[in-house]
Amino acid sequence: MSADKKMGADAVMAKGWLAAHRWLLLRRATQLGILALFLLGPLAGIWFVKGNLAYSLTLDFLPLADPYVLLQSLLTGHVPEKLAFTGGAIVIGFYILAGGRSYCSWVCPVNMVTDFAAWLRRRFGIKSGARFSRQTRYWMLAMTLVLAGATGTIAWEMLNPVSMLHRGLIFGLGTAWAIILAVFLFDLFISPDGWCGHLCPVGAFYSLMGKTSLLRVNAARRAACNDCMDCFVVCPEAQVIIPALKGAAKGLGPVITAANCTNCGRCIDVCSKEVFRFGFRFINKADNNAPQGETTALGNRP
Amino acid sequence: MRRKTPFPLTNIMAANTNSRRQFLLDMAKTACGVGMLGLGLGLYARQARALPPTAIRPPGALPEPDFQGACIRCGMCVRDCPYHILELAKPEDDLATGTPYFVARKIPCEMCEDIPCVKACPTGALDHQLSDINKAKMGLAALVDQETCLNFLGLRCDVCYRVCPVIDKAITLERVHNFRTGKHTMFLPTVHSEHCTGCGKCEKSCVLEVAAIKVFPVQLAKGELGKHYRLGWEEKKKAGESLVAPEIEHQYTLPEGLKYEQGPGLSGEAVAPPAAPGAQPGIPQALHGDKL
Repeated sequence: MSADKKMGADAVMAKGWLAAHRWLLLRRATQLGILALFLLGPLAGIWFVKGNLAYSLTLDFLPLADPYVLLQSLLTGHVPEKLAFTGGAIVIGFYILAGGRSYCSWVCPVNMVTDFAAWLRRRFGIKSGARFSRQTRYWMLAMTLVLAGATGTIAWEMLNPVSMLHRGLIFGLGTAWAIILAVFLFDLFISPDGWCGHLCPVGAFYSLMGKTSLLRVNAARRAACNDCMDCFVVCPEAQVIIPALKGAAKGLGPVITAANCTNCGRCIDVCSKEVFRFGFRFINKADNNAPQGETTALGNRP
Repeated sequence: MRRKTPFPLTNIMAANTNSRRQFLLDMAKTACGVGMLGLGLGLYARQARALPPTAIRPPGALPEPDFQGACIRCGMCVRDCPYHILELAKPEDDLATGTPYFVARKIPCEMCEDIPCVKACPTGALDHQLSDINKAKMGLAALVDQETCLNFLGLRCDVCYRVCPVIDKAITLERVHNFRTGKHTMFLPTVHSEHCTGCGKCEKSCVLEVAAIKVFPVQLAKGELGKHYRLGWEEKKKAGESLVAPEIEHQYTLPEGLKYEQGPGLSGEAVAPPAAPGAQPGIPQALHGDKL
């Protein structure tokens, strides 16, 4: 992306605004829809869903439980009742199919906060930022698990912004807003994609869960890539795109196999050449009929 | 740039020592940062393992801190409580964030017979073994202020006694002579931990500005005898006879003609002893003569 050109403008021009925001709109609708289902009970007295993201019961029938909090509970030495295990198993099964970190971009309410910070960063060209390893989240994950064992309590829940925001919106926020504001400001001023992309152990856990997940983004028409860099700019985990998009010479398939792709689909939206689409992990082939020869040198786009 | 897991270490070593140095330094930086956060969080979590005195857990709650390892903060118990008694702790509350509790003085537990909150708990943080709500031990009531309790002042308030769902078992009125008036009886509300479920109705209904009877987490309200203590009267009941054999016959030094029995007390009439000749005033009778 050249400096004077707005990210995604090419896509809007090529496909129209709606098509260039399709997955984003779907994603927001899903995130807000899930939240609305949870809120329908306390606000309108219609109890489709009870509980929160840690555990919920839908229509008094379908239990869903967060396997991460269950694992922590197990490590404190407590063995949960069957209902929690059933809920956990269903959730694990779902994300093994749909991509572990789909949780992050399609369900987690903090995503909207950090996406907003990222949007502001792009909008106002905030370049400042402490950069540190994206592996830090796995250290965080290990820390929370060790802490559960060491204290005998689910210690991470004392701080976890993810559960705090979701629970807060449904059961009463209290001062949890301050923690969410801290996450927002951290992402905005201190570190780009700092929370979701570097620190959050919940995302780290889900990434491990979805390491072999079925649903993946596929750079099927990578031959059509014109190096506009828009996908790299918009992607919260830009490192996952490189092998799929640019790995043809090394014999790498076009499917984004990295566990930290959140299946958010923004790369699909912002690509004016329609390089990306959703696909399956095991169909790891590029489209043969993709137009060739449109690739230009980096930053040298007409 | 994205850094890979430690496995390509050999490549890095081969490449140059500077990047290995950098790699190790980065690892140390991350480990230290995360470690410090973990330490802080761990200390914070340890502090939160004690339950504040006004927060009462729902029925069947495992003892703290086991509860905090078992409860996943889902709020299902809150939702299924038909009287909207339970709340989830907010970050500013001084108990573990997201865990359920109620404050007896605000709204006490109604002790539903089917215990829906326990049934709703998916993890067993509220123990599913609890099937009789009268066996619940949410907390323990204690009459903490005898100076303001109206019954202790000699009045017949009795409200805590009357609202108690386990009336005459969990709270009884013990009759005691009112020494202030000299002619009345005081009816002292007395809690029996064996039957008290900690529902909090007594605290809620106490008519004072600040309740004189309060419900506390059991470990705050209950004393404990030394393990080696034996209550003589209970041991006697168990054995069917006194454990000290033969039973000691008490000797009382009494004026002649008087008799003392345990229970009825003194009986008989004292015979005035004849004044001994030459008795020195001020010396006890027993020391007179050669009979000591």
